[in-house]
Amino acid sequence: MNTDITVDTKGMACPMPIVKAKKALDSLQTGQVMEVLSTDKGSVKDFQAWVKQTNHELIQHVEEDGVYKFYVRKVYKISGTRKGPLISPRHIR
Amino acid sequence: MTAGELTKIVLNKEELFILDVRNQSDFDDWKIEGESVEIINIPYFDLLDSVDQALEQIPSDKRLLVVCAKEGSSKFVAEQLVEAGRTNVSYLEGGMKSWSEHLEPVKIGDLKDGGSLYQFVRIGKGCLSYMVISSSEAAVIDTFRMTDVFERFAREQGATIKHTLDTHLHADHISGGRKLAEQTGATYWLPPKDATEVTFPYEKLEEGRDITVGKTKIKIQPIYSPGHTVGSTSFIVDDEYLLTGDILFIESIGRPDLAGKAEDWVGDLRNTLYNRYKGLAQDLIVLPAHFGKVTELGEGGRVMARLSDLYRDNPGLNIQDEETFRRTVTVNLPPQPNAYQEIRQTNMGKITPNEDEQREMEIGPNRCAVHDK
Repeated sequence: MNTDITVDTKGMACPMPIVKAKKALDSLQTGQVMEVLSTDKGSVKDFQAWVKQTNHELIQHVEEDGVYKFYVRKVYKISGTRKGPLISPRHIR
Repeated sequence: MTAGELTKIVLNKEELFILDVRNQSDFDDWKIEGESVEIINIPYFDLLDSVDQALEQIPSDKRLLVVCAKEGSSKFVAEQLVEAGRTNVSYLEGGMKSWSEHLEPVKIGDLKDGGSLYQFVRIGKGCLSYMVISSSEAAVIDTFRMTDVFERFAREQGATIKHTLDTHLHADHISGGRKLAEQTGATYWLPPKDATEVTFPYEKLEEGRDITVGKTKIKIQPIYSPGHTVGSTSFIVDDEYLLTGDILFIESIGRPDLAGKAEDWVGDLRNTLYNRYKGLAQDLIVLPAHFGKVTELGEGGRVMARLSDLYRDNPGLNIQDEETFRRTVTVNLPPQPNAYQEIRQTNMGKITPNEDEQREMEIGPNRCAVHDK
């Protein structure tokens, strides 16, 4: 897979994998792909939740020899911090 | 704040506001509960740039505890909150992992010969173990994986652990019974009908084989009470306490589906609850292997109730129609405990995960009761 940046967080504990990934993603252009390497098992659920929340695209995540690899495509540029929850589907009529 | 300090707050019903910064699915699955505990969930990754979102939702006059899975992100968020001017902020040391493993010993009562009975409340997971102590001897029932706690406690009481017993082959937590027996030279007891596939030696826990603890023969009388598993066995201790394992809880009853045999075992479960236990002395004090809700915790954290009171109040003991009972215990059950099949394999000795893997397998609530949704 063609990636534009690799963020190596091997050996780092939560919250560092997401902190590093977020910083790297902020530096990318829309459409570019980031690869994140992590050895923290807890990062699997956190990455899925984080990518979903920030509306980027988790293209794939794989595990190889205890290393979790996440591939995230930047979908749009984040502007500031989102406040409050998005409207949940059940409120859409 | 340590898990032990948090336990005291929950048991004393002190006010506490918790900010849980795990992701939402983990929070929805399992969280810290307490009668005076208020809790909200904002994943830590929403607070990396700014904690304003959290500050808006946290009352400024309450003690605040930040919680995550292990510790790292709660510490990170707590520091940000302090920087933002909040006071009275702590993080949970060791996170939900240490919450899941903390044990609080509480005394249930004295035995007739001067011995005592203790309950070990695993508050984060809703599991209960017991220790019968008499004349420098001890028996441990439904031992947890954290065997050092039992060894230390017995030592403090001046007792040697002679027996470890499992009421059944557990599916929700890894038994420490065999390990504790190996470490202390005690005898490990397990119902033979649950032990058909085990890979290690054990003593058969069967009706008619009473176990004595101490010189004055504190009687542990096994009662065959199948239903949760085919081998499930209860104990009467000192003619006063009925240890029900996962068959009967304070506000619910055991589920029969964790070994994949709900349909086969539902009849056994009904027979045990509606006939077998009915035939026992109704003033026995029921001591289960689990609690489902914090409301089941009594004074000092004790989980106990008189059998006759359970026949009056427990919804699972008041389903007169057999077909309704069958549906209740087989349909719409809560989700199964995390990794329950691997936990059963571990308890049979078929697989031997390392300590980290074992800890991971046990994460989450116990979910052994029918009414815990």
